[in-house]
Amino acid sequence: MNIVVCIKQVPDTTEVKINPETNTLIREGVESIINPFDMYAIEEAVRLKENFGGQATVITMGPPQAESALREALSLGIDSVIHLCDRAFAGSDTWATSLILAKAIEKINNCDLVICGKQASDGDTAQVGPGIATHLDLPQATYVRRVDSVHLDTTPKIMVVERLLEEGYEIVELQLPALITVVKEINEPRLPSLRGKMNARKAEITVWGNKDLGLAENQIGLNGSPTQVIKIFTPPSKKGGKTFEGEPQEVANKLFEEIKDIIQY
Amino acid sequence: MSGIKIILDKCVGCGLCIKACPLSAIELKDMKAVIDLDKCNLCGACIESCTFDAIMIERKVIARDDISSYKGVWVFAEQRDGIIASVAYELLAKARELAKDLNTYVGAVLLGLGISAKAKELIHRGADKVFVVNSPVLEHYIAENYTKAICGLIGRYKPEIILAGATITGRSLVSRIAVNIYAGLTADCTGLDIDKEKKILIQTRPAFGGNIMAQIISPDYRPQMATVRHKVMPEAEADASRKGEIIQESFDENLQDKRIKFLDFIKETTSTVNLSEADIIVSGGRGLGEGKNFALIEELASVLGAAVGSSRASVDAGWIPYSHQVGQTGRTVCPKIYIACGISGQIQHLVGMQSAKIIVAINKDPDAPIFKIADFAIVGDLFKVIPVLTKKFKEILKK
Repeated sequence: MNIVVCIKQVPDTTEVKINPETNTLIREGVESIINPFDMYAIEEAVRLKENFGGQATVITMGPPQAESALREALSLGIDSVIHLCDRAFAGSDTWATSLILAKAIEKINNCDLVICGKQASDGDTAQVGPGIATHLDLPQATYVRRVDSVHLDTTPKIMVVERLLEEGYEIVELQLPALITVVKEINEPRLPSLRGKMNARKAEITVWGNKDLGLAENQIGLNGSPTQVIKIFTPPSKKGGKTFEGEPQEVANKLFEEIKDIIQY
Repeated sequence: MSGIKIILDKCVGCGLCIKACPLSAIELKDMKAVIDLDKCNLCGACIESCTFDAIMIERKVIARDDISSYKGVWVFAEQRDGIIASVAYELLAKARELAKDLNTYVGAVLLGLGISAKAKELIHRGADKVFVVNSPVLEHYIAENYTKAICGLIGRYKPEIILAGATITGRSLVSRIAVNIYAGLTADCTGLDIDKEKKILIQTRPAFGGNIMAQIISPDYRPQMATVRHKVMPEAEADASRKGEIIQESFDENLQDKRIKFLDFIKETTSTVNLSEADIIVSGGRGLGEGKNFALIEELASVLGAAVGSSRASVDAGWIPYSHQVGQTGRTVCPKIYIACGISGQIQHLVGMQSAKIIVAINKDPDAPIFKIADFAIVGDLFKVIPVLTKKFKEILKK
């Protein structure tokens, strides 16, 4: 079972701090990490590969520093990685990003399953996974919380997965090749092994630019992106709230008086 | 090639753009701004900040087919088992405002099996036209089939705007549609307005977990598409005297994508109220000490008719299932009141609930970060405070 996992390097939000004077994000010294949901995608790919054989490849689109995310993926048991890195990709919105990733998956060839995290923690769109599936004309299952079964000896190959929904979950059967996006519930990611770390440090990282993908200039980057950001601003910060301290009975009474009307309404 | 440029003659080296850049990609060299192209993602925040018009982004405009022929503001009316999701009524209220500014009609798209009778409800809530596609293939939501049906409608009727709820279904569906028809799509909007001069949709959405807001447009592509966060816009009131047109469309069953099959839907019974729909959420964290103490949270929630939420710590400790987790790796919620009990308020939790209208935090640590965003901060022992609250609310709500 050959699997491609798409990951994104994002700022570590535990360290994002707001400058109280300017009310802007302080980004200096903020570490970059693999998008938390993508860690579950990587783990699921490694588990499926361990159970069913095949190759697990991780791809990412991003600036040169995203290489460290790919090395981390290698240390977690991924077989090979590809870095899609080209100035021509910069400014891509989810439409163009999903096209670039789709084209790379097509070039990798012979892929049974694409796995993405549910969404990235910086953009929060959840649009790139289904976008890739559409560009590649693959069936998709988003918000997968469990892979129930995989049947590689049938024609066509199929897998059965559970999708987490607002009010429960749904079970769907997908023909492979297919794309799934995963939520945290699906597994518990392993820690990198010492050997994995050593191999990751030494590994050659394949870099593909647009000359390798051959996409038209008007389909990628700013030119290929239907959406444009026109303004970025910080939301008005919350005004200081009321604090109640003292005897439990007393503070509970005060709180009750404050919120009873809202609750009854 | 398109890209970003500093116009050196205009740049005075004031450094405003450096502060505005969310990626720390700008520095000053010899009193001029210099952009590190390896870090820049062309977001445009610096352009907004520059008072000297010294930064520009070049972009080639690609000639598209005549976009002025696109008319109407459409809403995807999500339904399960014939019950229309309340987010659709929120979208209809917003769609009416937008349609008024654009002097056009409001359309609703309703897909499913045996759902035609529901079209009237959409008219009562503000739709002028309801496009109904009734087919056994559409009985259960399958993104591939729904995409084909809606793309067919878009091709025939050319709407200028399409809105869907930023629900699990909405997001997975419209992402496919937007790629299929090469349209711009903005996720999880909390504000929508019309630029009255240019007649385009301005979409406002939070990013970085709500720490910054972005305004996004898709001026050269149609339809302009957005998913909208649940519970931030008021629902349209029903008016049974409203009139509208119901347009029945067929779905060519040969188009069915046979590569994906719906097998079953299992409703989770652990919580009686769905977190994303809830007006009130009572959430428990590490401060509960052990799993059985969640009973305290559940009791207050049941008295208030609230949903039960949780921090990541309580889920990781095995006290409550993952489906209750609020925060970065769980759900994003936006209730009227969020009551956080024994939750310290790590940033990963805050990004999932800080858009709640009122935040109540009960914690014994006066320095807990949750207090910084709380409207009502209760410094105290939750084991003593919560039972009093439960009792008082039980009395007035007569439960």
